[in-house]
Amino acid sequence: MSIVLDVQDIKTYFHTEYGLVKAADGISFQVNQGEIIGIVGESGCGKSVSILSVMQLIQTPGEIVDGKVMFDGQDLLRYTANGAEMRAIRGSKMTMIFQEPMTSLNPVLTICRQVTESLELHLDMDRQAARERSIELLKGVGVPDAERRVDDYPHQFSGGMRQRVMIAMALSCNPRIIFADEPTTAVDVTTQAQLLELMKDLVTRQNTSLVIVTHNLGVVARYAQRIYVMYAGRIIESGLSDDIFNHPRHPYTVGLLNSVPRLGERHGTRKLIPIYGLPPNLINMPPTCAFLARCTEKVEKCSKEPWPALRAVGDQHYISCYVDIKGK
Amino acid sequence: MEAPQNNVLLEVKNLKMYFPITRGLLRKKVGDVKAVDDISFEIKKHETLGLVGESGCGKTTTGRCILRVYNPTSGDIIFNGKDISTLSERRLKEHRRNMGAIFQDPFGSLNPRHSAGGIVSDPLKVHQMAAGKEMNDKVAELFNLVGLDPGMMDRVPHEFSGGQRQRIGVARALACSPSLIICDEPISALDVSIQAQIINLLEELQEKLGLTYLFIAHDLAMVQHISDRVAVMYLGRIMELTGTDELYENPLHPYTKALLSAIPIPDPIAERTRTRIVLKGEVPSPINPPSGCHFHPRCQIAIEDCKVTRPPLRDVGNGHFVACIRV
Repeated sequence: MSIVLDVQDIKTYFHTEYGLVKAADGISFQVNQGEIIGIVGESGCGKSVSILSVMQLIQTPGEIVDGKVMFDGQDLLRYTANGAEMRAIRGSKMTMIFQEPMTSLNPVLTICRQVTESLELHLDMDRQAARERSIELLKGVGVPDAERRVDDYPHQFSGGMRQRVMIAMALSCNPRIIFADEPTTAVDVTTQAQLLELMKDLVTRQNTSLVIVTHNLGVVARYAQRIYVMYAGRIIESGLSDDIFNHPRHPYTVGLLNSVPRLGERHGTRKLIPIYGLPPNLINMPPTCAFLARCTEKVEKCSKEPWPALRAVGDQHYISCYVDIKGK
Repeated sequence: MEAPQNNVLLEVKNLKMYFPITRGLLRKKVGDVKAVDDISFEIKKHETLGLVGESGCGKTTTGRCILRVYNPTSGDIIFNGKDISTLSERRLKEHRRNMGAIFQDPFGSLNPRHSAGGIVSDPLKVHQMAAGKEMNDKVAELFNLVGLDPGMMDRVPHEFSGGQRQRIGVARALACSPSLIICDEPISALDVSIQAQIINLLEELQEKLGLTYLFIAHDLAMVQHISDRVAVMYLGRIMELTGTDELYENPLHPYTKALLSAIPIPDPIAERTRTRIVLKGEVPSPINPPSGCHFHPRCQIAIEDCKVTRPPLRDVGNGHFVACIRV
């Protein structure tokens, strides 16, 4: 298995009027060829910022201050955000599916125009060839009556169909890697099931890598081979999907899994165990572990030492915690 | 399984809520959106009835009809033995203190310019249930009840976090000591780690105050956790209604089966052994719903008859109701 993307210690800070926000503070992750990985965390934990940094889509007051993004043997952060090199990669070898399909499609352009744009730009197709290829792509993602619907506008599509268009666009140039940022949050559960199955089939067929970013633990359990759990701008646990869900070792991951009910648990058999308190304010970060105030497993060391770095606790299993909860 | 009358707090009979579609200058009526299309159910005292379904299925409209935010097109809403579906405005105001509502969006449902204490005391003022010092004490008591510090009464909503704001919403709903609370997606706007806090609060309050809940949500796992019985809606109709464990362990309606199988479980091992029924197509528009059983175009076991007759919600034993002729 070859590594497609190797993100090393990315730091993305936002210079706001209230102070410095370390939205991503030393994020590292790897994605192998054809692999599906999940990045999980609550809102504001920096999961979107991390992948936007990889694609260099961070806008002021944000700034990528440090790190490396190794993609196909080149460090992407050495290119300028809007330079020719970056533009050749973005949207072609590295693409993205956004959460909100209504706002990420241009409402005044036809679907055809939007799908053909990257085909003409990156693959040098002429109009006619690009149009034919878009119809093919739309058929591939299950848009019925694609020959006719290709000339429709986004508002004529339902939420699920718009998301299919987004998937078609992301796949159009045979990318090496696709980032999906909360791809199914805006759609209903039955549509969510359709879209996830579709994405999995397509990436498996093309041997593309897929990074699913979500707050929904269930979504990644079925598809991701490896999971990264984020909290307050850092990765606090990573490992194989089975290990993360069945043998979590970081108190936050354990807490997160205990706070959601599982389908199939009989009514009234278990009281939910919430994580008390709130995520920390990213402007006033404590010098210690950011989860300390909410942690139920803390020991004396936790309030004295800085936030621990990730350490191995098993095969491909890493946690950033002084305590190690074994076997839950 | 007819429950004794005195045990039922709310009974909804043949409720219909149609919204007219108008066209042109004269606003000529050209059709109806049948948001709620002839549904019946009852909620017993101290029980939680879960109402689940995908967006646009009419679950929120049902809740709003019960609150009489909407005047239903037809049907009866019997609360504590009294039909409230046709109450006059004046009578309705008297009645409204018996019901509370908690809304989805803790940002949009609280007036940003009012203090938290003011928001919670509003129902008390409207119903003239307390004033002056007494009201202040009552509000402080409500703050304590929902786990907020009464010292924060003078703050405005933006100074609170999402979870705290939802607690203000709960306190407001409880202000007039209602017996029924309509919870319309009370946790879906909150972060995962905060959701459990609010759910536990609702459960504790139910035990302490003997509340009855109509819990409207699309998160089936959470609904299973909190509800005693669950009704599944699809395009304005109830497809299945039964006890919670029965519904999840023995779903009978093909839509319920598909819905349950589509819920992702945070457990990769369980996920691998599970078969997933992926439905074809999407939810049709309620303006022009399919004939017969609304679900037939997406149903895997539909027969010719399904296109013609609307299946009645019938009891198949032990209070398990299902609207499908193939079961």
